[in-house]
Amino acid sequence: MTDQAQILPGTLDLLILRAVSLGPRHGYGILLRIGQISGNALLIEQGALYPGLFRLVRQGLLKASWGTSENNRRAKFYELTAAGRRRLREETESWNRLVAAIASALSQQPEEV
Amino acid sequence: MKLLDLLRFRIATLFQRSQMNAEVEEELRSHIQHRADDLERSGLDRAEAERRARIEFGGQEKFKEECREALGGTFIETLIQDVRFSLRGLRKSPGFAIVAILTLALAIGANAAVFAVLNALILHPQYVPRAESLYGIQHGSDKDAPESYPDYLDLRDHNRSFEGLAAYNLTQAGLDTGENPSRIWVEEVSGNYFDVLGIQPYLGRFFHCSDEHGANSAPYVVLTYAYWQSHFQDDRGVAGRIVQVNKHPFTIVGVAPPEFRGTLMFFNPDFFMPIVNQEQVDGQNLLNARGRRWIFMVMGHLKPEVTPAQAIADLNSIGSYLEKTYPQDDGQMTFTLARPSLYGDYLGRPVRAFMTGLMLLAGLILLAACANLGSLFAARAADRSREVALRLALGASRPRILRQLFTEAVMISLMGGTVGLSGSVVLLRGLSVWQPLPQFPINVPVNPDANVYGVALLLALASGFLFGAVPVRQILQTNPYEVIKSGSTGRVGRRMTVRDLLLGVQIAICAVLVTSSMVAVRGLARSLHSNFGFEPQNAMLVNTDLSMAGYRGDEVPAMQRRMIDAMKTIPGVKSVGLVGQYPPTALVWNTSIVFTDETTDLRPSNAAASPVIYSISPEYFHAADTALLAGRDFTWRDDKKGPRVAVINQEFARKIFGSVANAMGRYYKRRDGTRIQVVGIVEDGKYTPNLAEDPQPAMFLPILQSPSSETWMVVRSNLDPQQLATAIKSKLRDLDAGLPSFIQTWNKQMDTALFAPRVATVALGLLGVMGVMLAMTGIFGMAAYSVSKRLRELGIRMALGAQPKEVLQAALGRPFKLLALGSAAGLLLGILAARVLAFIVYQATPRDPLVLAGVVLAMLLLGLLATWIPAQRALSVDPVTLLREE
Repeated sequence: MTDQAQILPGTLDLLILRAVSLGPRHGYGILLRIGQISGNALLIEQGALYPGLFRLVRQGLLKASWGTSENNRRAKFYELTAAGRRRLREETESWNRLVAAIASALSQQPEEV
Repeated sequence: MKLLDLLRFRIATLFQRSQMNAEVEEELRSHIQHRADDLERSGLDRAEAERRARIEFGGQEKFKEECREALGGTFIETLIQDVRFSLRGLRKSPGFAIVAILTLALAIGANAAVFAVLNALILHPQYVPRAESLYGIQHGSDKDAPESYPDYLDLRDHNRSFEGLAAYNLTQAGLDTGENPSRIWVEEVSGNYFDVLGIQPYLGRFFHCSDEHGANSAPYVVLTYAYWQSHFQDDRGVAGRIVQVNKHPFTIVGVAPPEFRGTLMFFNPDFFMPIVNQEQVDGQNLLNARGRRWIFMVMGHLKPEVTPAQAIADLNSIGSYLEKTYPQDDGQMTFTLARPSLYGDYLGRPVRAFMTGLMLLAGLILLAACANLGSLFAARAADRSREVALRLALGASRPRILRQLFTEAVMISLMGGTVGLSGSVVLLRGLSVWQPLPQFPINVPVNPDANVYGVALLLALASGFLFGAVPVRQILQTNPYEVIKSGSTGRVGRRMTVRDLLLGVQIAICAVLVTSSMVAVRGLARSLHSNFGFEPQNAMLVNTDLSMAGYRGDEVPAMQRRMIDAMKTIPGVKSVGLVGQYPPTALVWNTSIVFTDETTDLRPSNAAASPVIYSISPEYFHAADTALLAGRDFTWRDDKKGPRVAVINQEFARKIFGSVANAMGRYYKRRDGTRIQVVGIVEDGKYTPNLAEDPQPAMFLPILQSPSSETWMVVRSNLDPQQLATAIKSKLRDLDAGLPSFIQTWNKQMDTALFAPRVATVALGLLGVMGVMLAMTGIFGMAAYSVSKRLRELGIRMALGAQPKEVLQAALGRPFKLLALGSAAGLLLGILAARVLAFIVYQATPRDPLVLAGVVLAMLLLGLLATWIPAQRALSVDPVTLLREE
């Protein structure tokens, strides 16, 4: 548990969008999916997921509908809207640019400057 | 489409709030169930799995709140929630709520009332089109405005700065519409008056310049709307009717619009008539007398391209021409411009100064109230620290708690504002219909308008945020774990806190208010017992103007003698005398320049003094109880055929002759060169409403030598005033049933003279009382808080054997120290501020030992009263129950 990283502020939305982009999921499922695709390296407080989900729904990036889960329980399923898909693409690109820039900055050797 | 979705969503959030909440709850529950399923699969039993799932999930309530926020549209919901919560809280502590609301109601009510008066007197635009360019002309030297008619004509015809210049004068006349004549107030106005002001008639027509063809050529009357309504019953056919004004026929030509009551703000004339007909009302033709400045004011609209400075220069050049051309009549002729509504700067300046001062004091009261409520709020927040800590621990955010606190503060301030505003509206309604001086048509419409409501709302909101902000730091610093762990003791701070400082400032402000009101009340008390140079007690004043009943020329003195003789036949009357205008006069007093006997060049700049003039009958001094120090009283033989004589007062003697002893039998000169011999000397007196004035020179002339058709008869008698008045009335009726009169005791008439200082005193007194109440609630709040905070400590002390005195000292030492410090500071400030008071209040001196003692005593008493209940509570502490409870 201790080697889990606290997620950066603002990145939770991106993770949710990514997790949902792989197919409709309910809240708990999204949490599991994030764990799965991040190799369980990220620590997300379970409850903190929901304000994020509601925010994304309000922004029109996700849409939600009630259904029945694999455990045969009632659950709310989320899927991406067209706008959500567009947003995910943009955010992924800008994230990659950021990561590349920071990685490049951090990997510079003194003599190369 | 997207927008529509969003809209639908918004509406859904508003109306399906409870359903949304249920959904959020169900979703979170579903999450926990799923997690528990997983945990169960890993081997835990169901109950344990669910427990673990819940723990892992974190603070459910907190996340629910965050979800609701994320859903948006929570502003109104949160507000309603906060309002409901605050209401519940306030209902639980009604004492706090009532004190808070009343405090604010007083403060905001006072501010609204004072602002409404300020608004009506100073800010409110006049009912004159283009009021912003309307200016009155006043004299540069003494800030008053009267002009003579020939000078007015020169100013009107030769200036290049005004679109037109109109003139008006206020006077009384007897109006006879077929029944008994009644006294009414008239504005004698120049023919161009309505055209210059740009007023259109409500009914009929106005008179114009073209109607003036010399003296008494325009016998027309324009009624004001109010007079038309009350005396002509809205008769639309009134135009064309003939009425008798002072027994001269005049034709009613029209009615002025309802909003127009002349340009003098507080004065409501009954009708307007052309100034060229003044002789028929005033009894003598003043149209050609350049030396007689009797026109009340000259005014007009500046031309659009002319600045006030240019206009003044223009007027001054005409003035210097007049000075050179008429050195006998026109002294220094320099001019300034001022707003006509308050008679230029003459009344405008003191009224503005007084209202500004009053507004400042009212502002101070509001500030004090805010400081007061701030400390009450802080105390309440401290009492609620456990609740706040609990809410914080349960996941409420600090901004959320602050928001609720502010909601509560603003709610209280709005409630207080509403109560205060309603109170002030009632007060203002009363003030608007109030006629303070029975004899004068004076009243100030101060009905609140949108400005006043706006200001009250603004003040309420601002003060809500102001005192709501006091406990903010306290909330932000609350550490929930500490508070819950250690109970609600908090820190019993030894150092000065913001709250202490606030209370100190507040007590200081209140002490200032108390000091000023004490000074004012003392001044008033003294003004009632000072030596006026006459005795208003046991004297009746009978005002008549014989010209109203058609008496002319020699008929006037003959009738006046008959009136005096008739009064003397009333049993119980000791003496009767006539005076042209009784002292001290409220609005106008006549002065005239005089010269030493040696002066030959009688131009105004060579004048030796400008004494107040009284025309009096023989025996007036006796009736007025004015002490004759030397020489003789007048007799009926001091008439037109006899040598010109005068009785002067001490100040006159000192000014012209050097000393009182020197003056008897000596001569001085009046403006027209007449030599007048001094035959008597009387004591100094008060001649103007400004009772604080330095002694002024005065001269008394025999009424037969300087006749006046308007007189005040002084009837001295010990009879009951009502009975005396009835007797006087019936005697007058026997003499002439068509003579309107006004009868009043001299004491009552003094109210007229003392009106301004009395209003000032009452206003200051009221503010003082408010200050006391505020200080009281402030100290009470502080002491109660201090006691309740230290209840446990006090209990322990008592358990350890502390004496009541020591307990009291511990509990109430600090409030008392604050009270002492604040009072001292306030007293000091009050002494400084009282210099300002000296302008309005008679003999205002805060160094008066009685005032000082009074203030100290008042503050002390106040402290005792305010700490009484908390002290009782501190003393009744039962250590055993207290320690067991905690």
